[in-house]
Amino acid sequence: MQDRVSPFLITILSIGIAILYIPILVLIGYSFNASALVSVWGGFSTTWYTQLMHNDQILDAAWLSLEIGVVVSTGAVILGTLAAVSLVRFKMFRGRLLLTGMVNAPLVMPEIITGITQLLLFISMLHLLSWPHRGFTTIVIAHIAFCTAYVTITVQSRLQSADRSLEEAAMDLGSGPVRAFMDTTLPIIAPALASSWLLSFTLSLDDLVISSFVSGPGASTLPMVIFSKVKLGVSPDVNALASLIICLVGICVLVAGHLMRRSERQRLLDAQMAER
Amino acid sequence: MTPGRELGAKPRGEWLKRHGKWLIILPPMLYLLAFFLIPFAFALVISFADTAVRVPPFTDIVSISPDWHIHLTLNLGNFQYLFNDEVYGLSYVYSLKTAFFSTVICLLIGYPMAYAIARTSKSTQSVLLLIIILPFWTSFLLRVYALEGIIRETGLLNSTLLWLGIIHQPLQIMRTTLAVYLGIIYSYLPFMVLPLFATLEKLDHSLLEAAADLGSPPWRAFIDVTLPLSMPGIIAGSMLVFIPAIGEFVIPTLLGGPDNLMIGRVLWDEFFGNRDWPVASAVAIAFLVLLVGPIALYQHYSTKQLEA
Repeated sequence: MQDRVSPFLITILSIGIAILYIPILVLIGYSFNASALVSVWGGFSTTWYTQLMHNDQILDAAWLSLEIGVVVSTGAVILGTLAAVSLVRFKMFRGRLLLTGMVNAPLVMPEIITGITQLLLFISMLHLLSWPHRGFTTIVIAHIAFCTAYVTITVQSRLQSADRSLEEAAMDLGSGPVRAFMDTTLPIIAPALASSWLLSFTLSLDDLVISSFVSGPGASTLPMVIFSKVKLGVSPDVNALASLIICLVGICVLVAGHLMRRSERQRLLDAQMAER
Repeated sequence: MTPGRELGAKPRGEWLKRHGKWLIILPPMLYLLAFFLIPFAFALVISFADTAVRVPPFTDIVSISPDWHIHLTLNLGNFQYLFNDEVYGLSYVYSLKTAFFSTVICLLIGYPMAYAIARTSKSTQSVLLLIIILPFWTSFLLRVYALEGIIRETGLLNSTLLWLGIIHQPLQIMRTTLAVYLGIIYSYLPFMVLPLFATLEKLDHSLLEAAADLGSPPWRAFIDVTLPLSMPGIIAGSMLVFIPAIGEFVIPTLLGGPDNLMIGRVLWDEFFGNRDWPVASAVAIAFLVLLVGPIALYQHYSTKQLEA
């Protein structure tokens, strides 16, 4: 059945992939351009990368974004896993539909609306409770909300395919339900947790719109600094910075993809063994 | 009392068994309620407030007078203002139109791509999928910036075309409607391909063979079998492009000109430029009301796909 892929389809597929990649490759190419004029090739150089290392504004923003990313992805993996377990294991509970909706809606909700509504919440909370002050805390809270949605979807599909018989066997042998889950199912979904941690990290690192709304004076994340520079046009140091971020995100996604693939292969292998 | 109950030992264990699941359900539930859903309620309330010179810069809707009477002051002026000032109506319509045509073009490019991937061998599939997913996770901001490097006046596209002698004057693409379309299609294409692939991969090929055996030409089999069966993927992919594209802010701001006034830009300016929060809330709420239909459609098809 997978015998023929017509030349027409191959052409469209190649064009589509070319559209996706050419701009990124050109950007990375130009980040090594010695010339300050972005349209003239002046030879190979790493000047712009060294210049980045001396730019305090960018370094501060990068550090802030990394810190936020680590806290956010850890929080999102915990909440998202709990949500996924709730949705897969408990078929009937009050509010199941509500939870399903709140997990799916952030994926399609325009960021600008999420950002505005969250800002209004934080303003009102600050007014009533004197907490939280806009900046690191509010960005973390807002990012965890949408990253949780992505984690839930990823872990949910993995949990659905996980075999429950091992967990039931452990419970028959006297383990409590939590212990049985930890010993049998958790190792199976661990790669999904690791990859959703990495994906949450990249989502948080990349976010511009929500951060811009909920952040306060003094807390500028990396995308916010880049946006203010990019509005002024193409510049060589932004090329270098963008290339670095794209590579970092690329590595995260490749590692995440590799983890998922390996666990999938392992699962198929186990299934084959079991059938024998 | 049943024997199981007697063996169930301490009442504390029993309680945990019956209600323990709430320890798992409640943390994510409460978090998303507090920081995703309830914010919409705040926006709704503030959209009925009036601007005020104070912190926060709007009036209270509910006030309690000294004799414990609760006063509710609803100000419908913000919504009235939305209907009277034609900027909002025009930018809504313009955003819908832009999102619609971008979605159609994404579908026309994305469908054959997903179809081609679904027909390759399993090992090729996983490599191709990774190639599609990689840009999906790379930030919009950086990808839009990268696109600017291609289409601006001295960019790669113009210099190549000039060098080939196809054109003699650089094409003006930046700050035009064309640039906004290119930006949206370029950024959202992976969102279309992935759900389409998910449905096309599951397609039962024996149905196509049956159609061929019964004398259907391939195009006929495609229209009668493949297309209807891939409908969930078409809808999920289209909504994943259409809904966020309506609210797009980065692309029209960086690539578009002053005419490309999409609703995301208007909202942003209302907030950061005019600082008129009640009006911005009203714009957001009105925008959201228009999105309820498409979002419900997406939810319906994506849960169906996940359960299949």
